[in-house]
Amino acid sequence: MNLTLKIWRQKNAKAKGSFVTYKLEGASQEMSFLEMLDYLNTTLIKKGEDPVAFEHDCREGICGTCSLYINGRAHGQDSMSATCELRMSRYKDGDTIVIEPWRAKAFPVIKDLIVDRLAFEKILEAGGFISANAGAAPEANSIPVPREHADKAFDAASCIGCGACVSACKNASAQLFIASKVSQLALLPQGRAEAKSRARNMIAKADELGFGSCTNTGACEVECPKGISLAHIARLNREFLKATL
Amino acid sequence: MNKLNTKIPDGPVAEKWTKHKNKIRLVNAANKTKLDIIVVGTGLAGASAASSLGELGYNVKAFCFQDSPRRAHSVAAQGGINAAKNYKNDGDSIDRLFYDIMKGGDFRAREAFVYRSAEVSNFVIDQLTAAGVPFAREYSGYLDNRSFGGVQVSRTFYAKGATGQQCLLGAYSGLIRQMSLGKVTLYSRRDMLDVVIIDGKARGIITRNLVTGEIERHSAHAVVLATGGYGTIYYLSTLAVGSNASAAWAAHKKGAFFSNPSFVQIHPTSLPQLNDYQAKLTLMSESLRNDGRIWVPKQKGEKRHPNEIPEEERDYYLERMYPAYGNLAPRDISSRAAKERCDAGYGVGKTGMSVYLDFKDSIAKKGKKVIESKYGNLFELYEKITGENPYEEPMRIYPAGHYTMGGLWVDYNLMTSIDGLYSIGESNFSDHGANRLGAGSLMQCGSDGYFVLPVTIGDYLADDIKTGKIPTNHAAFEEAEKHARDKIIKLLSVNGKQTVTSFHKRLGKIMWDYCGMVRNEEGLKKALKLLSELKEEFWKDVKVPGTMDELNQELEKAVKVADFFELARLMCQDALNRKESCGAHFRDESQTPNGEAQRIDEEYSYIATWEYTGEDKDHNLHKEPLEFECVKPKARSY
Ligand code: SF4
Ligand code: FES
Repeated sequence: MNLTLKIWRQKNAKAKGSFVTYKLEGASQEMSFLEMLDYLNTTLIKKGEDPVAFEHDCREGICGTCSLYINGRAHGQDSMSATCELRMSRYKDGDTIVIEPWRAKAFPVIKDLIVDRLAFEKILEAGGFISANAGAAPEANSIPVPREHADKAFDAASCIGCGACVSACKNASAQLFIASKVSQLALLPQGRAEAKSRARNMIAKADELGFGSCTNTGACEVECPKGISLAHIARLNREFLKATL
Repeated sequence: MNKLNTKIPDGPVAEKWTKHKNKIRLVNAANKTKLDIIVVGTGLAGASAASSLGELGYNVKAFCFQDSPRRAHSVAAQGGINAAKNYKNDGDSIDRLFYDIMKGGDFRAREAFVYRSAEVSNFVIDQLTAAGVPFAREYSGYLDNRSFGGVQVSRTFYAKGATGQQCLLGAYSGLIRQMSLGKVTLYSRRDMLDVVIIDGKARGIITRNLVTGEIERHSAHAVVLATGGYGTIYYLSTLAVGSNASAAWAAHKKGAFFSNPSFVQIHPTSLPQLNDYQAKLTLMSESLRNDGRIWVPKQKGEKRHPNEIPEEERDYYLERMYPAYGNLAPRDISSRAAKERCDAGYGVGKTGMSVYLDFKDSIAKKGKKVIESKYGNLFELYEKITGENPYEEPMRIYPAGHYTMGGLWVDYNLMTSIDGLYSIGESNFSDHGANRLGAGSLMQCGSDGYFVLPVTIGDYLADDIKTGKIPTNHAAFEEAEKHARDKIIKLLSVNGKQTVTSFHKRLGKIMWDYCGMVRNEEGLKKALKLLSELKEEFWKDVKVPGTMDELNQELEKAVKVADFFELARLMCQDALNRKESCGAHFRDESQTPNGEAQRIDEEYSYIATWEYTGEDKDHNLHKEPLEFECVKPKARSY
């Protein structure tokens, strides 16, 4: 199949970027979306042009490295999937595909389609952990966790830290990301001891880093490749309230 | 100095670790703050080590090539993590877990190491649970287990199909905490290019900042490599695309011995290659074999749709060849059988390099609902990738390179043959012998990182409390930096016509064909020749665009592929040397009459440890005899 690709090119963090249009011939519906970009890059290298920089690693939807804004959708049109899981069978011959990096003040572009997501690490540093030193842990079965809570905690914990929620949000809020961690740890008895400070500190940190505030538009939930639900934001808000009371 | 002193303590295997811990030297809390440790790699092993060392008071610098430690490839482990908790009261114990790992490794691992990781395994589960890992629970609220990897007990802890992700995120959260406390400094987006040796001791590393391209020097009193496996040498494997051998290989060239490099585990149920641009193979959980039947057509070059092929024209070859195990035959046996059928011309799919995994009978017997509840997400994944619906037609699968048991040689303290250089997790060779037991890799990573290394490293660092900061202007840093820079300049200056990836694919194919699932003398010799020709072509005709002073992904790949050429040569040399079959290493020449691996204990009951002697030269072999005090090597029978 032949495609027209409009891709954001930007030499480095300081350079001014712009869209460049490529005509790609000979792509196949059997390719994954990222394999299609690999293919584009092969053709560019052969022509002596600079290949398009984009991030990826596991290519199976679990590491959270891939991050593309495709035709106006974070991770493309498919729900519950990351960019690396997107297949070219979803496109047809002659399609035009616009490919951009995540757009958010807190995620500056490093090159082409690669952004810097270090801000997520900073948010976690503000409290996204349980302070348990190696060696101090009690026997694992000494604290039973109701199965329902464990399952919910797992759902929250399945966040891959990709940043799609931020990129999809008109406020560039990190609320779903924060909620996934706060909710996971709030649901587990091990995490209760630090629950108060956790929610408060993580939200304060996100504000400081330039993430916007949450106005409950729900765009994050739609684009999240792991289906992290807004219910976790509700739990985050409850934890936050408890912390400020 | 005897570089291969294993330092395994005397005494009964069950008492060694306790005895050792009680005897080795420690560094007191105040002195720890004067000592710097570099940890390269932030998977489960690296992250748990870095955070535990930080908790103890050391100053830790953690490095990863990803943008965040959370993306390290441990994230992709699916099945679970073993521990000898005996929560099911089904007779499990440390001894039994120990025995299962030894047996799974086909009696090619050191007893003392395996026993220790089995012994420590229970604490790993406690630790990860305390860190908030949402392991699966029973209705009682207690932890659930499942049986995994063909063992008789239920000892595998899991978090749906994402155990690796959850364990890694647990360790990562500990790392994050130490970062917030200033005990760990994170250097992400860094490739390690070399290790720096001063007066025979590892004292730092050279890295490339992948964003700015800057070549940097980092010093420390000790260096820990937790850099994972090298299955990506096959190009197509189940590994993350960025996994590589370069850090371990750089250490090897500086004097760290490499053991059993050719021991690679092949996973039997991966999705087959679909097109020439494919960058990786997706693993399908092995649990599918519980309900799926594996077959190929009886007719060579069969062109009919599988649903049109009548029952009597199908060859359920695993059931035919291994009636006792059928479709659940062990990983290596079912992998080889698939290859054998495909090589003989019975393979299916466009490329003829896949076999059917059919759920028709299970669906008819148990109902679609039951199958859906067990495998629904896997079926969806399969359909998403292939566009075929496994409820309606059989899946297609093929084996893929998965886990490397080989790696850097280490002693009982997890120190390599370079003083002060350690290797943990998949990057060392220590715990899995010739084949790894399912759910054993996370267990080893957690054991090494949380509980073994943080203790043993003190024995070495006790001598360094008066050393003071290691300066980075020493001639050894100078030299290592220059060496790293020269290699990059050389790669950029070839300016040929072929892409790095095209070379990687060809290299991978040679390795897959001749040093993959089945090896023989003729093939390995041929591979050595092909490899040296291809390497020459690479250095004459590779095209690496761009410069070194910028984010340059092609350059990153080129550095890794250049190292793979050298490692590939060693893998073939190792496979050639070991004329027996054992575990995942199958030599055509050494098989039983019914085609199973034939160990030759009298000749090969040793660890093959290789010393680097110079580029394109044969390595020196050191044989470390394996001594068995507790287990008796037995032949496998299926
Ligand atoms: S909440 Fe969802 S979209 Fe946001 S970072 Fe996590 S996985 Fe990505
Ligand atoms: S590359 Fe790992 S989630 Fe997409």
